[in-house]
Amino acid sequence: MKLTPDTTRRIFLGALALALIAALAWVALRTGPLAPVQVQTVKVTHGTVSPELFGIGQIEARRSWMVGPTTPGRVLAVKVDVGDRVEPGQALAEMDAVDMDQRLGALDASLARGQSSRAAAQAQLADALAKRALAEANLKRNQDLARQNFISAGALEARTQETASASAGLQGAQANLDATAQDLNRLRAERAALAQQRNSLKLVAPATAIVSSRDAEAGSTVVAGQAVVKLIDPTSLWVTLRVDQGRSGGLAPGLLARVALRSRPGETFAGKVARVDPMADAVTEERLAQVAFDAVPAGISVGEMAEVTLQLPTSESGLLMPNAALQTQAGSRGVWLLKDGGLSFVALRTGASSLDGMVQVTPLDTNALQEGDAVVVYSQKALSADTRISVVDELTPAGAAK
Amino acid sequence: MISLAGRDILHGWSKYVLTGLGLGLLIGVTLTMAGVYRGMVDDAHALLGNSGADLWVVQKDTQGPYAESSSIKDDVVKSVRGMPGVAAAANVAYFTLQVSHGEKDVRAMLVGMAPGQPGAPGYLVAGRQPTRSHYEAVADEKTGFALGDEIGIRRHSYTVVGLTRRAVSSGGDPMIFVSIKDAQEAQFLKDNDAIVNDRARTAANPVFNRPGVPGLLEAVQNLQTSSRNVNAVLVQIAPGADPEAVAEPIRRWKHVSVYTKAGMEDILVVKLIANSAKQIGMFLVILAIVSAAIVAFIIYTMTMGKLREIAVLKLIGTRDRTIAGMILQQALGLGLIGFAVGKIAATAWGPAFPKYVLLMPGDAVTGFAVTMVICALASTLAIRVALKVDPGEAIG
Repeated sequence: MKLTPDTTRRIFLGALALALIAALAWVALRTGPLAPVQVQTVKVTHGTVSPELFGIGQIEARRSWMVGPTTPGRVLAVKVDVGDRVEPGQALAEMDAVDMDQRLGALDASLARGQSSRAAAQAQLADALAKRALAEANLKRNQDLARQNFISAGALEARTQETASASAGLQGAQANLDATAQDLNRLRAERAALAQQRNSLKLVAPATAIVSSRDAEAGSTVVAGQAVVKLIDPTSLWVTLRVDQGRSGGLAPGLLARVALRSRPGETFAGKVARVDPMADAVTEERLAQVAFDAVPAGISVGEMAEVTLQLPTSESGLLMPNAALQTQAGSRGVWLLKDGGLSFVALRTGASSLDGMVQVTPLDTNALQEGDAVVVYSQKALSADTRISVVDELTPAGAAK
Repeated sequence: MISLAGRDILHGWSKYVLTGLGLGLLIGVTLTMAGVYRGMVDDAHALLGNSGADLWVVQKDTQGPYAESSSIKDDVVKSVRGMPGVAAAANVAYFTLQVSHGEKDVRAMLVGMAPGQPGAPGYLVAGRQPTRSHYEAVADEKTGFALGDEIGIRRHSYTVVGLTRRAVSSGGDPMIFVSIKDAQEAQFLKDNDAIVNDRARTAANPVFNRPGVPGLLEAVQNLQTSSRNVNAVLVQIAPGADPEAVAEPIRRWKHVSVYTKAGMEDILVVKLIANSAKQIGMFLVILAIVSAAIVAFIIYTMTMGKLREIAVLKLIGTRDRTIAGMILQQALGLGLIGFAVGKIAATAWGPAFPKYVLLMPGDAVTGFAVTMVICALASTLAIRVALKVDPGEAIG
């Protein structure tokens, strides 16, 4: 059959119309809301996870000292500077003594005066002793005379009274002497106390440490308890770690830690959890733990930020899947199970999870999920049980995922 | 029976097809306009859907985190969790910022959330959900980030560990999900210069730097740099509970504003994009008028071009109905070609638009019907002219 130009044109136009209709149909069914949702599935595996805890914290010194005066005063001199290494007993700073030396001189003079008072009291005692000896001798003689009736009873009574008076005088002198001795003791103690105070104006290092800050300079006035210099023990640096309470299961002393410092992000330092604080932070909802370095890295600074990863013991064997597969549906956590081309939601209880995103799960209904089942891990949009789906190998274009 | 319209089209098919193509592009633009509007509404719904919330607890007398700024203390969530009918509640922070990635900056909405809680991305297209409580991010595909990318937000760098799709703000900015603590820090922590300045200012103030009160200055300064605020608390209610019944006691006793899904939708869809919707509505009306004018004009010119032939037809006794039918059929044919081309074109160029273009099948059906009606109406002008032709002109 020979094609006339008219027939060719008809065929051409017909083909054009068909192509248009086909393109329209494709557009309507494969794109937009009517298109099936592309999903990517993953097989549920069986195995263990090595859970890890992650938290951030900052470098702190386990032992630090704030060295300052015990009484308010003016700083006379500061002898060390930030970064200096100090030994126990080394003078760090001195406070101004103001009138303390003069008060010591006054006390010294009082002590000398006390010695003189004691000498006077001793002399009075000797005088009283002599007086009593005389009175006793007189009494004895008068008693003999009275026995022979040479003197009247009244004269004897007068001698007896004289003796009693002398005895009382002696007691008085003795008490005076004691008083001067006590006075002397008091003055000595006062002087010792003042001397002690004078000594405490010298601020000395309590241990081997380095000076972390110098908070007051000569001439400034500080109150009792305010620090003039702060010291830290450089060998006692550790990380005070803050771990989110919700993910802190298993946090315990002794866990192995990897510490990355903000100043050296590429390196990690080994350490161990030294202590877990019994008090958690109620406001930030974090738990606190201290991680000690196996070897304190040189040159790190207190207050620096650190990222800590703690290694927890390997979990027991169970069903594993990526955490991206977990969805929340009507208030319960679970996965979309792909079976016979259809979707069904399986509610799960989640268990241990690793930092790389694998999570251990237990289906609430024991037989709902088996090893090897395909579950939806990625989807183009939120799914429901009657969503039309098409399974693809990769949802994101190649190259997007590294 | 011979189809007059078909014959005529066959005669000058290239002109006809090209006209249809041109009309199609116009219809494509119209459909895209409708798609842009639907996209805006869908962005708003995507925001609501992604949050996974039934109730929004926000600062008292504000419209919530999407429409205006809202700031509440982050421990409000604890008291909300204890209210009757509340199944889950989580703090959430939203704010828009520039995220630096290598050389370029990406405008994005940062979402602070707790994984697995309301507010977290519901589904991923690649990667995994964050497992660390800091410095991991899930980004929307639209940001252009890839898994493993390091992105800079304020003073920290975050690793992109997961990608999601259609997680956008009401303005269409892609979302980046990070942990709530990171978001709080990014949102409320001042930059270093400001902190140093504030410290100096506080130290210079004798009220805060009193002699004889060691530690007061440090305490005040710590207080200045810490923030315990979030933008909203997202609440999921227990299955079967009535949202309004759950919201009312929270509103009454916690002294906050609480929005239900319907209320939030009203804010986002009706109030927030009302102006844009009107704008697009205006465009749609103008485009419809322009399309009608163009179809009318084309049909009219086509008819004018073959007046002599029509006169011949009349001369040989063709009925008016047949002639009118021919012109109407041609107009409807143009509409058909135009609609098909327009629909295909809109679908093809839709994804290239910076804002999301959602082409709804319902809109397409409406569009088709309107196109046909416009074509039919437009052909009446040409039909009038054709019917008025004097058969004598054929011999002329």
